[in-house]
Amino acid sequence: MEKLLKVDNLQVSFNTYAGEVRAVRGISFELNKGETLAFVGESGCGKTVTAKSILRLLPEEGSAEIKKGSVIEFKGRDVLQMNEKGLRKLRGNEISMIFQDPMTSLNPTMKCGKQIVEALILHKGMSKAEAKEEAIRTLKLVKLPDAEERFDSYPHELSGGMRQRVMIAIALACSPEILVADEPTTALDVTIQAQILSLLSELRDELNTAIILVTHDLGVVATIADRIQVMYAGQVLETGTSEEIFYNPKHPYTWALLSSVPGLAEETKQELYSLKGTPPDLILPLDHCPFAARCDYCMQICKEQMPDETRLSDTHGVSCWLQHELAPRVKPFYERGEA
Amino acid sequence: MSKNKEVLVDVQNLSKYFKQGKKDLKAVDDVSFKIYQGETLGLVGESGCGKTTCGRTLLKFYNPTHGKVLYKDKDVSSKMSRSELLAFKRSAQMIFQDPYSALDPRMTIAEIVTEGMNVHFNYTKKEKQEKVVELLASVGLTDDYANRFAHELSGGQRQRVGIARALAVEPEFIVCDEPISALDVSIQAQIVNLLIKLQQEKDLTYLFISHDLSMVKHISDRVGVMYLGSFVEIASNKELFDNPRHPYTEALLSAIPIADPDHEMSRDKIELPGDVPSPVNPPSGCKFRTRCRYATDLCAREIPELLEIRPGHFCACHYRKD
Repeated sequence: MEKLLKVDNLQVSFNTYAGEVRAVRGISFELNKGETLAFVGESGCGKTVTAKSILRLLPEEGSAEIKKGSVIEFKGRDVLQMNEKGLRKLRGNEISMIFQDPMTSLNPTMKCGKQIVEALILHKGMSKAEAKEEAIRTLKLVKLPDAEERFDSYPHELSGGMRQRVMIAIALACSPEILVADEPTTALDVTIQAQILSLLSELRDELNTAIILVTHDLGVVATIADRIQVMYAGQVLETGTSEEIFYNPKHPYTWALLSSVPGLAEETKQELYSLKGTPPDLILPLDHCPFAARCDYCMQICKEQMPDETRLSDTHGVSCWLQHELAPRVKPFYERGEA
Repeated sequence: MSKNKEVLVDVQNLSKYFKQGKKDLKAVDDVSFKIYQGETLGLVGESGCGKTTCGRTLLKFYNPTHGKVLYKDKDVSSKMSRSELLAFKRSAQMIFQDPYSALDPRMTIAEIVTEGMNVHFNYTKKEKQEKVVELLASVGLTDDYANRFAHELSGGQRQRVGIARALAVEPEFIVCDEPISALDVSIQAQIVNLLIKLQQEKDLTYLFISHDLSMVKHISDRVGVMYLGSFVEIASNKELFDNPRHPYTEALLSAIPIADPDHEMSRDKIELPGDVPSPVNPPSGCKFRTRCRYATDLCAREIPELLEIRPGHFCACHYRKD
């Protein structure tokens, strides 16, 4: 498989008046052609910051800082060393992004069609007529009803689902190799969410685009992701294939995430498993497991040292002291029937 | 199950229209339902289907355009005397969706929680202090929080304060308007557990509004499904999820993403085409027909009635009457 993206030891900080917020603390991953990788975690765990760093979309002049030692390589090219011109070629053309909120991410003063044409003329050097034809083809590809008419619509004339389709059309217009989708369905209703998700997986199969899917909803991930990274406080706690994460999770945080969503088959009005407390303050230095304070299996060492990543298979890795040979063998509480 | 219980809220042909230019936006259109003492009625539907308006009209935040709401057999939708109104507002409370904007940023938590008490009860200063500590403890906060401001709290903690504020006036009926949708998954579970615990302790009745069907299933005794301002189906929790009759409910249930890849792959999904039509200009006949797989001419001509197709199971569809 062809390797498209390599991220190694990514560290991102924001300088604020309160101090340095270390939003991403050493994240590494690789992405292959045609693969779907999902980042899962609660708000503030660094999912979006990681996604935006790949495109260098963070306000680097201002507060955000990608630390020395971080590596982001796209097809062997160092993204962190690129100048504005190089980045402009990268963004929208080779890697493109769709954002969470389709209501605010489109330009309200421009017709939808023009927003797609813009990218095509810039990146592909097409003439206006060619670009229009191509734009309408893309709008049809994302199954926007009445694509020809909608080409001349303003975003406010469209519904949320239709706007998200336009966003996807803009992102796909230049047939990028990686599509970064940052919570693409969070602002949408369930029925529309189902439409958009099936559209994304169809497009992936058709165009062989790699997708990075950022979401907090494990249900969304189940249908579409090949590999999943579970993130917490700027770190990856567990990474593995969809199978491994859903059927053989090893980290207590993954267990908690999986069981805090009530299944439809479960008995009702029972107490749901819930985590104590809230995620740690990212201003604080963390020299031990970030999840220790909320973990039911916390041991002395968890509060003292950072666990190393244990590889359970080629694809499955977990950072937890429970994997250490001296640690007690525990099973997730839901397998012991205590949930 | 809930049949033999007392009816707490009886909604009769309730409508709430908002003026949109010369047209009416029919946010809630002729709905009738009952909420029984001590139960949780879940209310689900897509955004813009009138769930929130329905909840707010019940609590007299809005005056209904037509119809009435009987609360403990008393008509609360028409004009009430001041003392009656006060008694109703004490007894029926609301928990809001967004814990970030629902709390006054310039008041301390203690002030927020005691505001309602000052209106409804004559507590002494000492009694009030004791009450605040007790209320905060009941929602899982320590009394350290009493003198803090809302901005010092996390989303989950704020929602707890919102719940404490509602409980402060000792209500019997609480409308929970999307109380968890602004929170993270792990925090959602905490709040839902808290709501269930409080219901059992204080014998509360909830109207639980949410678009998250799996949470609604978890907390509710009965569930109502709304589409474009009308109820399409109401049934007991088990009945609705095991045996949905209305095509819209079927599609909604099948659209819930489930955190289980194999199950997801194997199940049949019903994908609804298109979007919800505008409530200013709803389709004729059955409002759902524009997205329904089974729609026929009859659906365009006649509005289906909400019929009891089985004991306690109501469904509004021409073709699902048995």
